[in-house]
Amino acid sequence: MNGERRRSGGVARTGPPRWLKPALFAAALIPFGYLAVGLLADGLGANPVETITHVSGEWALRLLLLTLLVTPLRRATGLTWLVRLRRMLGLFAFFYVVVHFTTYALLDAGLDLAYVVEDVLDRPYITVGFVTLCALVPLAATSTDAMIRRLGGARWRRLHRLAYFAGAGAVLHFLWLAFSKSDLREPLIYFAILVVLLVARLPAVAARLGRLAPRRVAAPARADPPPPSPAKRQAAR
Amino acid sequence: MLIKQSEDFKASEVTPESIYRERRRFMQGTLGIASGAALLGGAGLLSPSARAIATDPDAKGEELRYVIESELSTDEELTSYDDITRYNNFYEFGTDKGDPKKHSRRFKPRPWSVSFSGECEKPGVLDLDDVINPHQLEERIYRLRCVEAWSMVIPWVGVPLGPVLERFRPTSKAKYVAFTSVLRPDEMPGQKRSFIDWPYVEGLRIDEAMHPLTLLTVGLYGRVLPNQNGAPIRLVVPWKYGFKSIKSVVSIAFTEDEPPTTWNIENAREYGFYSNVNPEVDHPRWSQKRERRIGFFSKRETLMFNGYADQVAHLYEGMDLAKYY
Ligand code: HEM
Repeated sequence: MNGERRRSGGVARTGPPRWLKPALFAAALIPFGYLAVGLLADGLGANPVETITHVSGEWALRLLLLTLLVTPLRRATGLTWLVRLRRMLGLFAFFYVVVHFTTYALLDAGLDLAYVVEDVLDRPYITVGFVTLCALVPLAATSTDAMIRRLGGARWRRLHRLAYFAGAGAVLHFLWLAFSKSDLREPLIYFAILVVLLVARLPAVAARLGRLAPRRVAAPARADPPPPSPAKRQAAR
Repeated sequence: MLIKQSEDFKASEVTPESIYRERRRFMQGTLGIASGAALLGGAGLLSPSARAIATDPDAKGEELRYVIESELSTDEELTSYDDITRYNNFYEFGTDKGDPKKHSRRFKPRPWSVSFSGECEKPGVLDLDDVINPHQLEERIYRLRCVEAWSMVIPWVGVPLGPVLERFRPTSKAKYVAFTSVLRPDEMPGQKRSFIDWPYVEGLRIDEAMHPLTLLTVGLYGRVLPNQNGAPIRLVVPWKYGFKSIKSVVSIAFTEDEPPTTWNIENAREYGFYSNVNPEVDHPRWSQKRERRIGFFSKRETLMFNGYADQVAHLYEGMDLAKYY
């Protein structure tokens, strides 16, 4: 889809700065690099498995929330090309969830399926994590251009609202876990961010955000062509 | 007598460690507890002449003297000094495992006194040296099982709690022992937040407190306890989850009723008064069947009473351990 738009739009101005995507890609790999190098160099502390679980879990959550930030940010700034970063952010979020879950399945559960099933059924925070993981699978699976075309914009958009559900699930998973330690500060920060992101989606708020965009307010004189037809955009998120 | 002994012991400064240890055993045999003279701190114990049994090249802090081995030690592979001192649950210094090491530098473990009170004939407030000195310091290598399903093997140094308690003559009303940690928000940044009702409190039944395994601990790896591990004096109850082994103790009181305990106050459904290590009774949020020994990747089976069933199971005969978790 990105490619399509670049071809039809054709102008550099509508795309992200050329360095941005590779830079973001590299940045999103930093936590993974840290874990990989740390694992090989014995640099992940006294309990490396726990470190991997925590780092991967937190980055999955952060990237998921960043993914959800794209649309409000686009509305507020008028920078439509921000949407083109979203797929990468979402897929990296999924990547870290996979690392997270694989670590758990391999090193916590020792690939013991009965152990995993018992955990998922008996332990609410794992149940929530698992449901969240399940919600992210179809999102990752339908992230290709071909799948977007096959589903059609409207259905694809509806399906991808699951991302909000997943964000909420991830925050709940973290909250539930932290509850046992009586220290909810960190998950509450993520909770607050999630609430802000959800509120930003309320139609009234979204409209206000739109009015902030410099493009419409500050540059009425410019004879820009209208943005690509709304039906083709993934804007609804 | 003490002075004479420490002169006597100076010989060990030039004695190879193995011979020195042999001699320790001999001394113990002939002089018994009286030979203990386990001076801690100022007077003499902190001089570098004596060695405890376990060593680690990374170990820091002043060495404790006149430490003897114990039959009650396990011979399992020791967790490294580094891991024991950088991976801690000690919320007084913060909730991350690395916080206690990072944020405990300003904590002053000396001078220190401990109050003994409640149902006993001879209550009193004692300087730490006077609590420990009359007893023989022992190295006790114990498994430590955290409620969070990880474990370590730690060479503690301390004295059995029972004989210390006896000195205060507990009365027949003394059914429990209540312990209180220090409250010093200025030195313990975690206490500035009130998510836990500070100070930390713990408790044992009197027979648990008197059990020979229960250790009043002042060191690890033969050296003075680091701040992050509960300096200068903590409890170690190896068959219970780690949080029962209260750190930085300032008060010990004999009580008739079961005393309140911090994690039970915080979350009664998840943490009971007894909190014996028990693979059959899961924590509501995770399984207790297995544990990860720090330093190893895969998990191992958790043993009933953390492997101390032979010694302690009789304390709980007839009790429903799922109910009294
Ligand atoms: C079947 C799926 C999942 C399982 C089994 C699982 C398991 C775990 C475990 C075992 C922990 C660490 C618990 C501890 O510290 O004792 C954890 C923490 C965490 N997980 Fe998951 N998780 C799952 C899915 C997810 C998903 C989908 C996300 C986010 C998108 C996520 C985010 C987190 C976060 C943020 C933490 C906390 C990290 C920290 O304490 O710093 N998890 N999870």
